[in-house]
Amino acid sequence: MLALRLSAPAALTRPTRMVERNLLVYRRTFMVIFSGFFEPLFYLFSMGFGVGALVGAVQLENGSSVPYAVFVAPALLASSAMNGAIYETSNNFFYKLKYAKLYDAVIATPMSLSDVARGEILWALLRGSLYVIGFLAVIAVLGIGGLGLISSPLGILAFPAAMVVGFGFAGAGMAASTFVRKWQDFDILQLAIMPMFLFSGTFYPITAYPPALQVFVQCTPLYRGVHLIRALTTGTPDVWMVADVVYLVVMGLIGLAIVSKRLNRLLLA
Amino acid sequence: MPDSLSSQDYVIHARGLTKRFGAFAAVDGVDFDVAAGEAFGFLGPNGAGKTSTMRMIGTVSPVTAGTLTVFGLDPAHHGAQIRSRLGVVPQADTLDNELSVLENLLIYGRYFGLPWREARRRAGELLDFVQLTERSGDQVEPLSGGMKRRLVIARALINEPSLLLLDEPTTGLDPQARHLLWDRLYRLKQRGVTLCLTTHYMDEAEQLCDRLVVMDKAKIVAEGSPRQLIERYVTREVLELRFNREAGAGEATGEGVNLDSQLEGLADRIEHLPDRLLVYTADGDATAAAAFERGLRPASILVRRSSLEDVFLRLTGRSLVE
Amino acid sequence: MTAGAPVAARRGLLVGLTSHPSFRFLEHDLLVFRRGWHSYILSGLSQPFLYLLSMGIGLGYYVNRNGGVPGGVPYLNYIAPALLVTQAMMAASAESAWPLMNKIAWDKTYLAALNTPLGATNLLAGDLMWIAFRAVLISVLFFAVILLFGAVSSPLAILAIPIALLTAISFAAPIMAFTATQKTDQPFNMLFRFGITPLFLFSGTFFPIDNLPLFVRPLAWFTPLYHGVSLARSFSLGQVDPVADLIHVAVLCGFVAAGLVAARITFRRRLEV
Repeated sequence: MLALRLSAPAALTRPTRMVERNLLVYRRTFMVIFSGFFEPLFYLFSMGFGVGALVGAVQLENGSSVPYAVFVAPALLASSAMNGAIYETSNNFFYKLKYAKLYDAVIATPMSLSDVARGEILWALLRGSLYVIGFLAVIAVLGIGGLGLISSPLGILAFPAAMVVGFGFAGAGMAASTFVRKWQDFDILQLAIMPMFLFSGTFYPITAYPPALQVFVQCTPLYRGVHLIRALTTGTPDVWMVADVVYLVVMGLIGLAIVSKRLNRLLLA
Repeated sequence: MPDSLSSQDYVIHARGLTKRFGAFAAVDGVDFDVAAGEAFGFLGPNGAGKTSTMRMIGTVSPVTAGTLTVFGLDPAHHGAQIRSRLGVVPQADTLDNELSVLENLLIYGRYFGLPWREARRRAGELLDFVQLTERSGDQVEPLSGGMKRRLVIARALINEPSLLLLDEPTTGLDPQARHLLWDRLYRLKQRGVTLCLTTHYMDEAEQLCDRLVVMDKAKIVAEGSPRQLIERYVTREVLELRFNREAGAGEATGEGVNLDSQLEGLADRIEHLPDRLLVYTADGDATAAAAFERGLRPASILVRRSSLEDVFLRLTGRSLVE
Repeated sequence: MTAGAPVAARRGLLVGLTSHPSFRFLEHDLLVFRRGWHSYILSGLSQPFLYLLSMGIGLGYYVNRNGGVPGGVPYLNYIAPALLVTQAMMAASAESAWPLMNKIAWDKTYLAALNTPLGATNLLAGDLMWIAFRAVLISVLFFAVILLFGAVSSPLAILAIPIALLTAISFAAPIMAFTATQKTDQPFNMLFRFGITPLFLFSGTFFPIDNLPLFVRPLAWFTPLYHGVSLARSFSLGQVDPVADLIHVAVLCGFVAAGLVAARITFRRRLEV
């Protein structure tokens, strides 16, 4: 009983030590993290306003018509949450695992590999949350300036929603990275990420596709993320949002379980 | 080892300890005990199973068969508890190259759950102990091999472990760096830290170990203090003879047999190495004189004390460092 | 004997050309390429395919429905040549950053080569040829995909390939010059985040720069990508404007020349010490 009571807080606090380690590292290269905030904004201005002027208005799923920027902004937020999570859990995680041999040193301490996995995912989410907050803040400022991209008070929930997207992809991305043997293998991961970025109802409504293809796209994780955040920012909630959250959370949890298992095999031979 | 001690009294206790990777047995049923405060060594060539044994003790490699307890605990169930009292100096440095010297110690202290303030205090003391205080703000990458090793030792001490595991602590270091490292390890031993180390250097084993086991091909082939092992398996002195092959007459064929017969009765045992002859005897100088009288004219003669290298050669027929 | 002489002479000329020391380092790069060529081909075909399908056809449907781009061409035809040039530019830029840093500072391939008769200028020339090779490969594959989509309005469209090459080098040369002055790869993150990515998004690839706010428009004029994109598009759509196109070519050549001079200086400063 005593052991149980003692281990519960440790299971929560130990992962944060991985976050502390990463904070120590990035203290020196703060600009690298900070600059990541601009990338989704560049996309927002290019796509939302540049291309938006060419597209005009598009229809949401409920049939209402909105300016293209309103349509594309939530999708860019979801994509940015996905890309941030994938970047941190693929290249960066793989480097620490295979090249820096960081975790070989960590496992000699009371930290377990589950602590490592949870800690790194927590870090990916914290880093991602900076960009999400920045993106939402800019949208809010644009709203004050008359370019309202969020048309519902539900939009405030876009922040936790983006975190859920980040969690799903961080778990999946990290799980995939544990199977990677060399850098070139990440090309295969990109072969899954890029089509999702381009075809998940990100840049245009999926009603452009034949019905069978629509169903297929609806089954991809980024589409669920885009659907979730778009429903919140445009104020068009539906029951499918429950499926979105469950889908992404379960994907993250499965990923996390695979990571713990794989790390045990890789490091505790 | 007194029989009255139970497995609880040993810091490490192993019986029939086995590690298999598929069909390959890296460690094949070894028995040993390490008592508190002693310096215990695994001596053997590369591939003898030393590192696998150390990784099992460090709870980062599951035991395939046999019994192993560390601090009386089972690594399979109490890994984190064991590791919290353990200091590990792995064969490869595994330092965090993205952090500074000091930060390496601080974050490692955090991994052990030390409060920042306590980690900072201990890190300061440890940098002093391993003589790296003036490099504390530097990046790890440009440090010399000896400095990195010392930093790894400081890192292993951040949790004030009662048992320190060192896997090949001085491999690849120059003589000066090795002596500095030995000195620090000797001080730790004096403070009562139990040392458990692997090495393939006989001089290191002689310098540091109270007691050691000789490992070869996954098994323990002998056990005792360095002195005991030498007394048990070899003579007090060795006479090393080198012959100038080109100048010698009748040495091209049957040379060994020829020399053996000429040295008949002068030595306990003779070992033929590719470049020299090792003649085991109680008194090297006397044997050298006697050999000279019998007409042997070696190109060079060297008399030295027997070492663990000779023990290993006797036990396995091979050299430690190949 | 006499009949074979001209052949030998011709071969002699070829050997004479390729025996230049700079080709030795190109050979190094090609040897590396030989081991991973299939992944270059795979991404060289899949990227244009996915982009043209998503942006050109998917997004294009909504653009065309809304009146399309100025000039009345389909959106697919509008972005295809621009994307071709952009892809070649991005690959050339990336190749001039991290892999070059690797050769200079990490794996130190250059240092090994410098112990042979090769000099810094040979390494620069050899690697520039390699980047040119990559740019051409990407452009040719991209053009093949464009043909597959039928997104060409004029036979002159094939000129997008040499234009992409010119644009790629106009980026590669200055970036190589920059890389040779750097100690770590950290500035590259900044260069791509605040340089290359915004250029990709705002140089008229996806929408006319007239849609940009008035005060940013002149900035586009100073970026070689805008000139490369405009040039390729004018040929691809068969809307050749000799004066404007000559200016575009001149600007690109200016960037190439300035980059080459700078790279020669920084390479020698870094490597011949």
